[in-house]
Amino acid sequence: MIYEGKQKIWSDYQKEIPDDHYYYVRSCIRQTFFPASEGALLKITRGILGRDVFENEHHTTCGGIAYHTDTIPHETVMTIVARQFALMHKHGYENYVCSCITSFGIYIETLETWRNFPELEAKIAENLKKTCNLEFAKPKFVVHTSDLIYKLREEIASKAKYKLVNVKTGQPLKVVEHIGCHYSKMFPSKGVGGAEYPYVLAGMVEAWGGEIVDYPERRHCCGFGFRQYLIKANRGYSLSNTHKKFESMEPYEPDFIITNCPGCAYFMDRWQYVIAESQGKTYGENGRGIPVLTYEEVAGLVLGFNPWDLGLQTHQVYVEPLLDKLGIPYEPAKKFLGAKGQDLGCPALPTCLKV
Amino acid sequence: MGMLYDKLMQDYRLREGLNACINCGTCTAVCPAAEFYKYDPRRIVDIVQSGDEEKIEELLRSDVIWYCGECMSCLTRCPRKNAPGLVIMALRSLSIDLGYFIESEKGRQQYLLSRDICGNVLNYGYCVYPRHFDYKSHPEAGRVWEWEEQHMDEVYERLGANLEGGGPGALRKIPDEDLAQLKKIFDLTGATKRMETVKEAGRKKAEELGLTEEEFSAMLYEQSSPKHLNRK
Ligand code: SF4
Ligand code: SF4
Repeated sequence: MIYEGKQKIWSDYQKEIPDDHYYYVRSCIRQTFFPASEGALLKITRGILGRDVFENEHHTTCGGIAYHTDTIPHETVMTIVARQFALMHKHGYENYVCSCITSFGIYIETLETWRNFPELEAKIAENLKKTCNLEFAKPKFVVHTSDLIYKLREEIASKAKYKLVNVKTGQPLKVVEHIGCHYSKMFPSKGVGGAEYPYVLAGMVEAWGGEIVDYPERRHCCGFGFRQYLIKANRGYSLSNTHKKFESMEPYEPDFIITNCPGCAYFMDRWQYVIAESQGKTYGENGRGIPVLTYEEVAGLVLGFNPWDLGLQTHQVYVEPLLDKLGIPYEPAKKFLGAKGQDLGCPALPTCLKV
Repeated sequence: MGMLYDKLMQDYRLREGLNACINCGTCTAVCPAAEFYKYDPRRIVDIVQSGDEEKIEELLRSDVIWYCGECMSCLTRCPRKNAPGLVIMALRSLSIDLGYFIESEKGRQQYLLSRDICGNVLNYGYCVYPRHFDYKSHPEAGRVWEWEEQHMDEVYERLGANLEGGGPGALRKIPDEDLAQLKKIFDLTGATKRMETVKEAGRKKAEELGLTEEEFSAMLYEQSSPKHLNRK
């Protein structure tokens, strides 16, 4: 059967993911738009599953967005990467876990480049010594935070309070997964399932009771394009690419989208709003959008976290219909309150996109 | 080969990203930029591998090299394991170093990117920083972001972030000693020099156009000629 064929191919790309003891680095984009997802990752891995995921304040950006907007030289980003790895080593770790797909791509690319050009590696080690007085070291394993959740997906399933199943129909929810270009398009063997059949998110969805939607533009870029989004004059590039994906997935009527990369989550959420407001076109049920969630948010919901603790109130496509399908209770009156219960008002409503 | 080609070959990304290209066009077929812009990565790779100095120089001065989104979808599909996206990155770096980037509408957008993103990295230790991601410049961030911006400290507190706080956590203040190390890295590895090149070229261009810095920035951020688009 085809499914078995795919599973066989997936099995060719089973990357090794250590079970424990990680040096953790954050993502500029995830912490800005989905800070509670980073919080959930730590609560799940450390608090619920008892893993050692160490963080300290000294790590910085990997420089990835600066590098991919061509504002800093290759040598600069490699030296910043060397500094991050050196901090890991200094704290006695050899497994490195990052929270961003752009960063993940940068780390893997840098290690590959050093492997191909040892003289360059030596130069970067020298740069590191001169600028930071740190000892050069390379991690034994570099994984993305989604790899770690993938690795722990059955443990999460065993503690699950909810399944990715429609409580009214008993049917598995239909889920679109988007893994983000830099996860495995550059170095397929470094991502679970490779570039062709990436399984990192699909594995989570299946373990938690949902069903993956296969659609023609499944592997198409979300359209970030770095300079193509950051400069307003270029933003049509970003919007058009997301539009192409939504047009392609629409006939499959997905219940929600799960994303690997925080940038993709932001774009797929916000561009639906823009398409609705500018063209009157919506892709979800009854004039709504298709909810877009990070994998930490999905894991958190499955484990019974309060949706507002997970930051689901900061999505422009409102998630309540999805929570209803999952049978997850929530308190509408508390959605937009502050940490101490203070009233912060509410976001204005879109004019076309129903919320 | 000529001077420009030799300079390009010093870039490790070109050495990794260009083996013999067979001109099959697979990269162009999968490229998201080629669908949107008048852009053909196959042709760019072909020009670079030809070593034709005149054509390479034309590329370096053109809009074309600024159309790519660096998604690297081309790399997965190329039958020769070329990476047109990496070739583009090498071309962009050279275009900046030689000051050619300022001649094209898309190239000169580097002025804003360099100022804003490198500014964030050096000042905060992050490429993106919420206090500089304003709803006015990013209306697509939605009414939800408008609300977050109005209540930024309270919303981040509610979401468990540590905005500008000490110790670890999301959006923490990165200690000064670490920011000082980033600055040293910028100085030693050519990032500071690149920032200065871009800033000075932008300043001159604004002067030539008779624009203030503010007017020049607004123009770069907003203006887009329809000539770039690949309308069908
Ligand atoms: S896919 Fe590879 S071989 Fe084919 S045209 Fe593009 S770079 Fe050349
Ligand atoms: S990296 Fe650039 S050239 Fe390659 S597919 Fe993406 S947009 Fe096209």
